[in-house]
Amino acid sequence: MARDVLLGLEGISKTYPGVKANDGVSFSIGAGEVHALLGENGAGKSTLVKMIYGLVKPDEGRMTLRGQPYAPPEPRAARAAGVAMVFQHFSLFDALNVAENVALGMDNPPPMRALEGRIREVSEGYGLPLDPARLVGDLSAGERQRVEIIRCLLQDPKLLIMDEPTSVLTPQEVDILFGTLRQLAAEGTSILYISHKLEEIKALCDEATILRRGKVVGTCTPREKSAREMAEMMVGATLNVPKRAGKEPGPVALKVQELSVASPSAFGTSLKGVNFEVRQGEVLGIGGVAGNGQDELLLALSGELRTPRDTVQIHGRGIGDSGPNDRRRDGICAAPEERLGHAAAPDMSLTENALLSGAVRRGLTKRGFIDWARTRDFAEDVVRTFDVRTPGIGTAARALSGGNLQKFVLGREIMQEPEVIVVNQPTWGVDAAAAAFIRQALLNRAEAGAAVVVISQDIDEIMEIADRFAALNEGRLSEPVPTQGLTIDQIGLMLGGAHGMHQAEVSHVHA
Amino acid sequence: MFTLEKRPTPSKAWAWGTPFLAVALTMVAGGLLFAALGKDPFAVVRTIFWDPLFGEFARYLRGQLLVKAAPLTLIAVGLALGFRAGIWNIGAEGQYIIGAITGAAIGLAVYPTESRWIFPLMILGGAFGGWVWAMIPALLRTKFNTNEILVSLMLVYVAETILSKAATGFLRNPEGMGFPGSRSFSSYAAAGNPELIAGTGLHWGVVAALIAVIWAYVLLQRHLLGYQIKLAGQAPRAARFAGVSADRLVMLCMGMSGALAGLAGLFEVTGPAGQISIDFNVGYGFTAIIVAFLGRLNPFGILLAALLMALTYVGGEMAATNLGLPSSAIRVFQGMLLFFLLAVDLLSNYRIRLAGAAREVR
Repeated sequence: MARDVLLGLEGISKTYPGVKANDGVSFSIGAGEVHALLGENGAGKSTLVKMIYGLVKPDEGRMTLRGQPYAPPEPRAARAAGVAMVFQHFSLFDALNVAENVALGMDNPPPMRALEGRIREVSEGYGLPLDPARLVGDLSAGERQRVEIIRCLLQDPKLLIMDEPTSVLTPQEVDILFGTLRQLAAEGTSILYISHKLEEIKALCDEATILRRGKVVGTCTPREKSAREMAEMMVGATLNVPKRAGKEPGPVALKVQELSVASPSAFGTSLKGVNFEVRQGEVLGIGGVAGNGQDELLLALSGELRTPRDTVQIHGRGIGDSGPNDRRRDGICAAPEERLGHAAAPDMSLTENALLSGAVRRGLTKRGFIDWARTRDFAEDVVRTFDVRTPGIGTAARALSGGNLQKFVLGREIMQEPEVIVVNQPTWGVDAAAAAFIRQALLNRAEAGAAVVVISQDIDEIMEIADRFAALNEGRLSEPVPTQGLTIDQIGLMLGGAHGMHQAEVSHVHA
Repeated sequence: MFTLEKRPTPSKAWAWGTPFLAVALTMVAGGLLFAALGKDPFAVVRTIFWDPLFGEFARYLRGQLLVKAAPLTLIAVGLALGFRAGIWNIGAEGQYIIGAITGAAIGLAVYPTESRWIFPLMILGGAFGGWVWAMIPALLRTKFNTNEILVSLMLVYVAETILSKAATGFLRNPEGMGFPGSRSFSSYAAAGNPELIAGTGLHWGVVAALIAVIWAYVLLQRHLLGYQIKLAGQAPRAARFAGVSADRLVMLCMGMSGALAGLAGLFEVTGPAGQISIDFNVGYGFTAIIVAFLGRLNPFGILLAALLMALTYVGGEMAATNLGLPSSAIRVFQGMLLFFLLAVDLLSNYRIRLAGAAREVR
């Protein structure tokens, strides 16, 4: 292919104890090209970009940048060579303003006044409105990402690496971001774009390299392939699209009425008068940009946050004032977003983690004593039924990959056969095959007569499995509407078209 | 040079191996210290670690080991429960004192009545006293969100003041001719805690310590409360998700450790110490913190750690008297033990690699 190669990788390998993260990876990125790096979780995408950014050193292989050998010993050297990276998780200080945060991330920050001018210039030039004097704690997730991007752009990079940049954005914000990236590419900046959202890659990227288990399994031009073809290359198998039963829903199982509760964390969002009903056999999807009250809603439904009795009702009975285990007894199971540390204890084995929420409904204790045999059976059951890849049930939760642990956590809740199940971000960071599996399991649970509440920032996911959709915005929930016939634009407006674009409203996003 | 690499799962083998490695390293480093002091390092290490067990006076000294290890075990087992849950009771010394005073006060109040119910009642009183003293920081933490480390620690000094008041005032022996100190329990059979088998050092406190070890082991391995304790310590948010009430856990853990410390105090005052005196407490409550960690917060580990700690006390005293070693050198030696233990602790969560070095060179 006749093109100007900016970055070339040849035979890059990296081994961690017990796992070959990258195995002879070779590909190249042309100047001004938007190059996608596609792969399931654990395919080795992160390790690869960490090597390009100088955070990790390859065991074997070599890299070239503009024809010169390139082996950055640390990120500082990578930045000096013109490589910049926007991480999936932001590293910003809530209590500092935009300009101060930008200055902290620069190797040689200019004087503050000059920097503010530069930020304005760049943000306007690339269509990313941002006021340098605002506190980061008051910004939405999309605006925070702009801070990170502008920090990179100020260094005039030749290659911009973006790690799953759209996971926190509304559809409109995604459009703005893509506009910026296209403009950058047109000016000659190369972009390495990491994602598993195939539609985005089709819309944005010129070339794609697909990784599976640390190896390059293919390259393609995304515009010429269907999302399904790319997904199957990525997974190496045929994908099943979740099937919906389309049954008439039964009577109301879960009713939430004027639910208001203060957030337990300082930068959290309090819930303000949330109302909704979910009927038996129905899936309610709750969308929204991160930090608009999703965590608080889950806590209020799981029983970790208590509210006046009648604000949460199951089959017409008020349970708002009861704790997690009483609610499990009453038939509500929940799976929080954060897998390690909230849904599961990192250093405990899968068996011990099965006991964590399964004790009540699965009868794993007798007069206060733990029935370890039954607990192990339950853990084995979850591992088998949900295809959790683990050496055994004695393995510590933190040793599992994100997707596998998510399957375990979801499986643990679903296999308790709850009448109401509430999940937050059920497939976040999970590969396509596992995500499809989890969604199918949730639909099956609904078909078995449970009321399912899916809180998710992934609109495609909600459209795929939910019967009705409601948006959470600054702690308020919109009126649920049927998903059928809903367009992406309508959803975007429901999610908060008001905030982000013209910096009108202040939304709180916790770091 | 070396690189540290986090293990995917903590190594079980190293978790058990590190205490032994720490003891071995302490012997080497301590030996060098003793050699620098002009003593024969082998003789000193032998005096500390060998003679109390198998030497000339071993028959007597072995009993001393039990006498010293029993209160350490009792207290440390209780502390370990709280430490596992992230509840830091640093004031076991105070709970130990108050337990001894309340238990002793019951016996002294009914003197000289002889009944076989008196001693069991005193045991209950001792546990109750320790429990009450621990409930103060527990309640303050759950109601007012105070720091239990500070409150429990400062209550030690309050307890010491109460102790000196007891010894010189309200519990003073009326027939003691004005000397501070209570009546002796060794001459009051119904309230005494004598050696069960003469010359072995075995008293009711030793029995209680063994029961406490087994009880705590069962609690941690088999009981839901033990699971909740571990969960709350490792992942507080997951514990909340599992429906564990943090306040209830604070009350239970502080209460249990306080009661066990109180029991230790009661057995000590009625047995080896024999009476309430101004300097009744000798720091078991603080040493037990070290013992709890040395034993990896595991009940059986704590039993072994308490015996090891007792050994360095008894052997250290021998070395000081027989070989003329300064007592501060013995304390440095004990410090080394804790230092090495904490240092090699790293190995259970990390492995050391030399491979990094080779790559740098290339």
